[in-house]
Amino acid sequence: MKRLKVALAGKPNSGKSSLFNQLTGLNQKTGNFPGVTVDKKTGTSRLDENTLAEIIDLPGIYSLYPRSLDEKIVAEIFSDRRNNYFPNKVVLVADTTNLQSSLLLLTQLIDLRLPTVLVLNMLDLAAKSGQSIDVIKLSQHLDLPVVLVNARTGQGIQELKKVLAADIPVSKQKIYSLDKEIIPAVDATKLHFQLQSNYEAYQYLQQVENLSFLKNEDKAFISSLAQQYEFFPGKYQGAETIIRYQYIQDLLSKVVLITAGTEWKRFSYRIDKVLTHKVWGYLIFFLILFLIFQSIFAWAQAPMDFIDSTFANLSNLLSDVFPEGPFFDLITQGIIPGIGGILIFVPQIAILFAFIAVLEETGYMSRVVFLMDKIMRKFGMSGKSVVPLISGWACAIPAIMATRTIENWKDRLITIFVTPLMSCSARLPVYAILVALIIPEDKLFGFFNFQGIALMGLYLLGFLAAITSAMVMKWIVKANERSYLIMELPTYRMPKWSNVGLTIVSKTRTFVFEAGKIILAVSIVLWVLASYGPAEQMNKAESVIDAQIKNNKVAANQRESLLMAYRLEHSYAGIIGKSIEPIIAPLGYDWKIGIALITSFAAREVFVGTMATIYSVGNTEDQTTIKSRLRAEINPDTGGPRFTTATGLSLLVFYTFAMQCMSTLAIVKRETNGWKWPTIQLVYMTALAYISALIVYQFFS
Amino acid sequence: MADHAKSVAQMSPGETAVIAGFISQELSNKLLEMGFLPGSVVKYNFRAPFGDPICVTVSGYDITLRLEEAATISIL
Repeated sequence: MKRLKVALAGKPNSGKSSLFNQLTGLNQKTGNFPGVTVDKKTGTSRLDENTLAEIIDLPGIYSLYPRSLDEKIVAEIFSDRRNNYFPNKVVLVADTTNLQSSLLLLTQLIDLRLPTVLVLNMLDLAAKSGQSIDVIKLSQHLDLPVVLVNARTGQGIQELKKVLAADIPVSKQKIYSLDKEIIPAVDATKLHFQLQSNYEAYQYLQQVENLSFLKNEDKAFISSLAQQYEFFPGKYQGAETIIRYQYIQDLLSKVVLITAGTEWKRFSYRIDKVLTHKVWGYLIFFLILFLIFQSIFAWAQAPMDFIDSTFANLSNLLSDVFPEGPFFDLITQGIIPGIGGILIFVPQIAILFAFIAVLEETGYMSRVVFLMDKIMRKFGMSGKSVVPLISGWACAIPAIMATRTIENWKDRLITIFVTPLMSCSARLPVYAILVALIIPEDKLFGFFNFQGIALMGLYLLGFLAAITSAMVMKWIVKANERSYLIMELPTYRMPKWSNVGLTIVSKTRTFVFEAGKIILAVSIVLWVLASYGPAEQMNKAESVIDAQIKNNKVAANQRESLLMAYRLEHSYAGIIGKSIEPIIAPLGYDWKIGIALITSFAAREVFVGTMATIYSVGNTEDQTTIKSRLRAEINPDTGGPRFTTATGLSLLVFYTFAMQCMSTLAIVKRETNGWKWPTIQLVYMTALAYISALIVYQFFS
Repeated sequence: MADHAKSVAQMSPGETAVIAGFISQELSNKLLEMGFLPGSVVKYNFRAPFGDPICVTVSGYDITLRLEEAATISIL
């Protein structure tokens, strides 16, 4: 079996992902390029009986000169022949309705001497536009194979596979001749690094700062050459682009038989008149947001309940089967609930990404950027921050990864910083139980449910905190580069449902593995802290409870749950919870709530389970029991109920603002390349939570 | 380039013009790559509700950019 690596390159909106999905189907995986935080999509495709290709879907770019993090990786792969992902063959995917800007990258690939196939994609739209191209002539002029493909229907895929399986000679075309002043430096670089083409050497000179595979001495070598020949990165870049476009225009004038009309876009413009309208545009956008919101909470409920009960049953079943012992306890009480705690968020995340994928596929997402850019800029972000912020309602982890499309570092940093303030789905169980506890079930005007309004208020509170924090950040963080928005507005199209499906699968998988490993690790640590404590106290558990039962202080049928509560109280987690009581007392919390705060440090949703254990409810499934138990809890200092409105509101505010998610911190660390920003974020959000909860408690009590 | 040179930012919906050049060196490379080529025609389509960003057609496709960026593209 022959194996080869094929890279898919092309500009954004050229249908690259559809082609990737057609070639690989479900044989794809997402991961990260080593050392950088760019999504890597790879998959395998059987080209013919004896050729298997590893397909790499590269981020969409217009040219090799990168602006965003996503784009840098492409330049890096194409200029490093030792890179693991350096392709044997390249497929340049072109949007046939817009050949001119699609071919810019192709001319650079030709100059890099890479064996390339040109795929003319989106033929259905090209046909609608009335454009007609002489493909044979195009192929002759470029001196490379050209394949017609409609990646949405799969037409032309077999032909493409055949072409890829065969030999692809390198095009003999030379499109851009380097300025002669730079030739000596290029020759020296080419010789020093043993490169194959002049243009590759030229890229080393142009992109010395972007190519992370270069060692410091390599960079020093290149920089001294550049200095010697009075070259600086960016020099000649404009001229190069103009020369390339001249070549492309000249080429197109020879091969385009009938130019595209504008008639076919008229429908798209008509939709834009409504969707970007100053009233209807925002109204429709908010309706869509409402729909997303509604479905995350309504539709996800059933599968979430199912996952929840399945894992609880599995845990119970295994603890019956397994012999007793700490190792088996770890499995049934630590690991299985840990995995369940991750999977329970899958339905909400899958639904959210289904919406985002549909909105992106149709081309609506770029209109959201268009509509929101001006507003978001007031808060130090960009129109491209809207998608991450919306995703934050489901989970901050995929949301923070979605900031990679933001070119400007400051805009991106602010978006990453404030996204965890958006109320994610892990906060919902906490909100649900506390709101039910302190807000009456009455209806305003017999119509609006008070509890519903309170819940909405909490989401609004998180959102307001996010944008206010962003506004503050805008003044503090220094910009080191100019922020800009230059983006294509693609023509509206119907979504391709298989693309939507594959996006859901790959995003969900990323969440499960990225967040999952950390949540699992921390939940095991917390389980240990909550199950073990100083031996003398822990060993006394049974005798203390039995003595209480004997004295008729407590009912005998509650022995098990009382034991659990006793053990938690005297465990290490309990000791920590008690020791922080002086700090949290001003917020209206006692040591029992303190334990819940400790255990929800890694993942906030643990709050409910901890509360159930510590109040010895026994069965954590039963929300009503937890509620009535919490309601009956007496505050020994006042003689009144422990969970007063003031304590409840204070807790709600605390959970809205606090950074209680280790996975988010880990992702922020990775995305910002260091501990600086996650540390600031943790301190800031904890302080915000503490101070706000303090004010709320003192005000209401 | 004279001070009174007009830029894409000053166009109004429906108007077309020919691109003359760029004022900002920093952005010109990106704009060139996106197809804002001197000598080619740019058409102003519509603006976002708060007047910014705007949508233009250039080299056969629609691009959105902020007024700030549009102001760096001078037209004839």
